Amino acid sequence: MRAMIVVYSDDKKLMLELLAKGREIADGLNKTLVGLSVGESTPNREQDLIYHGADQVVIAGEGQEHFKAEEYSEILTSIINELPAEIVIIGNTKNGKELAARVAGKMDVGCITGCTKLDLNEGKELVAERIVYGGNALAVQSLTASPQIYTMAPRVTDALPKDETRKGEIIKKEIAPSVPASKIINVREKKVEGVNIEDAEIIVSCGRGMKKKEDISLIKELANLLHGETIGCSRPISADLNWLSEDHWVGLSGHKVKPRIYVAVGISGQIQHLAGMRGSDVIVAINKDPEAPIFKATDYGIVGDLYQALPFFIQAIKQKLE
Amino acid sequence: MDIIVCAKQVLDVTEIRIHPETKEPILSGVPKKISDIDKNALEEAIKIKNKIGGKVTVITAGVPEAAETMKELLAMGADEGILVKTQSQDYAVISKLLMKAIEKIGAYDIILCGEASIDQFSGQMGPRIAGLLNIPQITYVKKLEVEKEKITANRDTGDTIVTMESSFPVLITVTKEINEPRLPSLMQILAASKKSIHEWGENELLTKVEDKTVTHKVTGMTSERKNKIYQEENLEDSIKKVVDDLFKEGILG
Repeated sequence: MRAMIVVYSDDKKLMLELLAKGREIADGLNKTLVGLSVGESTPNREQDLIYHGADQVVIAGEGQEHFKAEEYSEILTSIINELPAEIVIIGNTKNGKELAARVAGKMDVGCITGCTKLDLNEGKELVAERIVYGGNALAVQSLTASPQIYTMAPRVTDALPKDETRKGEIIKKEIAPSVPASKIINVREKKVEGVNIEDAEIIVSCGRGMKKKEDISLIKELANLLHGETIGCSRPISADLNWLSEDHWVGLSGHKVKPRIYVAVGISGQIQHLAGMRGSDVIVAINKDPEAPIFKATDYGIVGDLYQALPFFIQAIKQKLE
Repeated sequence: MDIIVCAKQVLDVTEIRIHPETKEPILSGVPKKISDIDKNALEEAIKIKNKIGGKVTVITAGVPEAAETMKELLAMGADEGILVKTQSQDYAVISKLLMKAIEKIGAYDIILCGEASIDQFSGQMGPRIAGLLNIPQITYVKKLEVEKEKITANRDTGDTIVTMESSFPVLITVTKEINEPRLPSLMQILAASKKSIHEWGENELLTKVEDKTVTHKVTGMTSERKNKIYQEENLEDSIKKVVDDLFKEGILG
């Protein structure tokens, strides 16, 4: 029997990207690609995993209403052992990361989280890249033990186009995880505004230089003028102050963005934020502190108080556009 | 209540420079400190101790010099420190060493970790230890409520807040937002010198120390930006110049 590659994500879009990456690796190594579906099962969805690259779909833990690390790690470990799987790729969401690391702990194997690249080298070994030192460096790493466990970031690869001629088998596994000592008592959806900042072409972003929530209207005004689809922010604005939902948060633990133009207003440039905006083509920054680290990572830097600078900036652009 | 906090000595990543020719990060001479989010974990531990009573033990696995950095944690309020001496930085090895150290301590109700270390940011340590000990884990916790018999925590998954409940023992990883770590006073810093840091060798805990991850290369990411800074006496002049340039260079318009 051919050894298996298993992919799983609790994020549906990322799952399709994992299938594309898994397909590439499976073809390179002549292995079988298994898409794992945990929780509520829907026939259309499982068929879809086949259409997007899986040779086989395994359905398990159908009784699981919500993601929970203890139960999911038992299910995944049991599937890895049974198949057996040599390579496991999990979507790098918060749930995915804690699942991967718990399984790696249980199985005493290596794990690389947050892979921004995952490719076979000439020797047909998997080599991963991940961001280290707070966004200052990229580490190239590989794993020595089997199974190898990776978590892959979103948008490392595109999903394969849906191919309805693809065939594959769908298998149900009855795995009853033991009853853990913890339980979920409530799940609350956070208010998100449905903005995909990672796809935005133009982003105006704000940081701790903003004195109050209402002032975000200034940022929106500039964003509208530049035809920006969304506004961004640094960690404090979203995670600490909750002035903007987390889909606006640009940074290492927020979103990594790749716009054509990124305008950073009142953002000092903590290293984690710089890591999030690094992929921008052109960066413009406004900050009152000439020593702010943001200026070292900027193409065009304006030293000045944002409350004075923004109205001038908006006016000057309007004049040019007339 | 027996509370264990896992903390890591890290390089201060804001001080890392990239070598202009080799493009490698220059790590020698970079100051070391306790990873920021681990201090949030300790702060939470101290709060629990103040509410319910008990003992807070901090464990670090790392080079012998980490004993010095750990003193800050004792000054903040940890009762005792344990340093597991190892040169390894491998997650599989470190998590097993920490797990063995926790087992050696014996009594533990709550194990607290930061969600990730600021240098590697892999987020593996907490869930690995929980998996090894086969105890519940609640990660990315922003709010924690501890009672005598149970713990209630809000974990933040990005788009949902999941409220979870667990009996003891349980492993919790916290985010930066959970609290503001205290700054020890001079008196506390002086008093910390009386607290002990026990040093254990890795071989006392593990018969075989074997890395499972190989790092082939680390390359610095240099940003090649124009770095044009506009700082005229009159702010309006700066703005006019920058807008002129942005249109001239075809970035806007």
